[in-house]
Amino acid sequence: MPGVDGFIYPNEVELQWSVLIVLYPFLTGLVAGAFILASLERVFNVAAVHPTYRLALLTALAFLLVAPLPLQMHLGHPERSFSMYLTPHRESAMAMFGFVYLWYLMAVLVLEIWFDYRKDLVLAWRASRGLKRKLYGVATLWSDNISERSLQIDDRLARFITVVGIPSAFLLHGYVGFIFGSVKANPWWSTPLMPVVFLFSAMVSGIALVMLLYMAFCRIRRVPIDMPCVDTIARYLFYAFLIDFSLEMLDLIHRLYEADESLHALDFMVKTRLFVSQIVLQIILGTLVPIALLGMIQVTRLGERARRSVYAVAGALTLVGILAMRWNVVIGGQLFSKSFLGYTTYKMGFATREGLLPAILILVLPFVILAVLVRILPPWTDEASAQRQKA
Amino acid sequence: MDQPRRAFLEQTGRFILLTGAASLAWDYVLAGAPEAAPNYVATDHWWGMIIDIDKCIGCGNCVRACKAENDVPTDEPGCYRTWVERYQVRPDDMEHPIVDSPNGGYDGFPEIDKPGEGVKVFFVPKLCNHCAHSPCVQVCPVGATFESPDGVVLVDKDRCLGCRYCVQACPYGCRYIDPRTHTADKCTLCYHRITKGLTTACCEACPTAARQLVDLKNPNDPVHEYLRTHKVHVLKPNLATGAKAFYNGLDGSVR
Repeated sequence: MPGVDGFIYPNEVELQWSVLIVLYPFLTGLVAGAFILASLERVFNVAAVHPTYRLALLTALAFLLVAPLPLQMHLGHPERSFSMYLTPHRESAMAMFGFVYLWYLMAVLVLEIWFDYRKDLVLAWRASRGLKRKLYGVATLWSDNISERSLQIDDRLARFITVVGIPSAFLLHGYVGFIFGSVKANPWWSTPLMPVVFLFSAMVSGIALVMLLYMAFCRIRRVPIDMPCVDTIARYLFYAFLIDFSLEMLDLIHRLYEADESLHALDFMVKTRLFVSQIVLQIILGTLVPIALLGMIQVTRLGERARRSVYAVAGALTLVGILAMRWNVVIGGQLFSKSFLGYTTYKMGFATREGLLPAILILVLPFVILAVLVRILPPWTDEASAQRQKA
Repeated sequence: MDQPRRAFLEQTGRFILLTGAASLAWDYVLAGAPEAAPNYVATDHWWGMIIDIDKCIGCGNCVRACKAENDVPTDEPGCYRTWVERYQVRPDDMEHPIVDSPNGGYDGFPEIDKPGEGVKVFFVPKLCNHCAHSPCVQVCPVGATFESPDGVVLVDKDRCLGCRYCVQACPYGCRYIDPRTHTADKCTLCYHRITKGLTTACCEACPTAARQLVDLKNPNDPVHEYLRTHKVHVLKPNLATGAKAFYNGLDGSVR
């Protein structure tokens, strides 16, 4: 059979989960990572990252809105997906996705953004006319109380939501890892480390994305980049990356040392079909190079311009690396037969329902949503950061 | 008693609406009920299968019978409720058997040109193991796949989302997506037959009785004697799925 090496079970010819399912953990990972970056400022009082606080929240929202889309497009019967809410099977790891998702969207992100923006919304409501005024009215829920006391309450509530939000973000993405990690039929996925690895790789990708977005938006708006802010983010990215890489290496070393019957199949796969995406893209270009770049910044004294370039390169490589990691988990986990006696090939279509084109569109969509969100809810705090820099 | 017209209309309207809703709900309940098999009590049975490796001649009758009986697509790749694998094992290299299953064994097997000296060759019929602790049932997000009270793992095509998580979760590769319905499909152990006192299509068609449907709850079933006197094995016992396809004479190289 073309594309098949050795023996695979006859039903294994077709890969079950396509590139769209690669996007799903990638997107939710970006959400969780961006939110955790936002919580640094709010809960852990890392004042330096303040300029990115609101941008991180909006980024998380934009990506979270798109996250279920690849799943819906993948389902054989998307019209039945609502039954996951009505008649969930409680033993199923996947059944809780809808609830975890809704909780995170409505109880955490939307609420936190609303409290944080309430003052701006009320001011915009007061200043606008006509249809715009009506829309802002709805957005404020017709409450225009922005007295000192009510803003204090807003702030405390938003802080509380962030405190709840951190474990929720962990839950959202750790849970995605569990969906894969709990499949005992598949040795490539089945490891208790999976949720933890997913979580830290999520942080890495989310932090890198917000850092890149912040620098890009500064460029577009022609305002100077707040370097202490970006330096701090890059430092956190470096730390998160070190933990992530250690965990992934732990997983690898553990597999190599245990060397159970699946190792031969997996080892062969990594050396052949996954060589480019795993060794080259994920480990070398997507992990070792950015770690080296970010580590170099920690020990050398480069000028602002050079640092900015290094951050841009490291951030972009990081995103490529994490996307490759999702690919290697999802696609890689389906390339070998569960008989461990053979391999199949993933053939990706282009303009098909689960092809490359819809995947690219789904990846672009959150940026479009973010651009709209940034217009409606400007996240910029240039004045505040300018003042802080003066002080 | 004089009842105002308005109140009468309201009450009647409510009555009609409610009975309508109730009858709709009843239809719904009936639609979910299995095909009538008047004398069949599900809880009196616990189905499984015995497969005798040494009796299988690799003719593919079971695969053809299954596809015909259950309307399994024959023109699409990767749609098998049952299939047969051929193993060639060198005595000095049990870990690397040569296995083939052309078209799932549907057309039988081509002759091996050079069998080679000392190579052990045998056939392994495969089907859903109807596990008592099915990983596929565990993962279904909406409970569309379930274990029946008589120990058969079934799929409700009207509820399946087509998320394919169950296909991933089955360690034996027994599930596939029906390209016509976009829902998960698998061996039903010919549920429509066994509940009427018949055996499965594959067992019926096997010329050597290599496959036998067994009822582990029936004290008169010869399976009890068989299991007592033969050394049987299940596939991938390390995964503790409670598989109920018992293989007699299964070679250690079989995966």
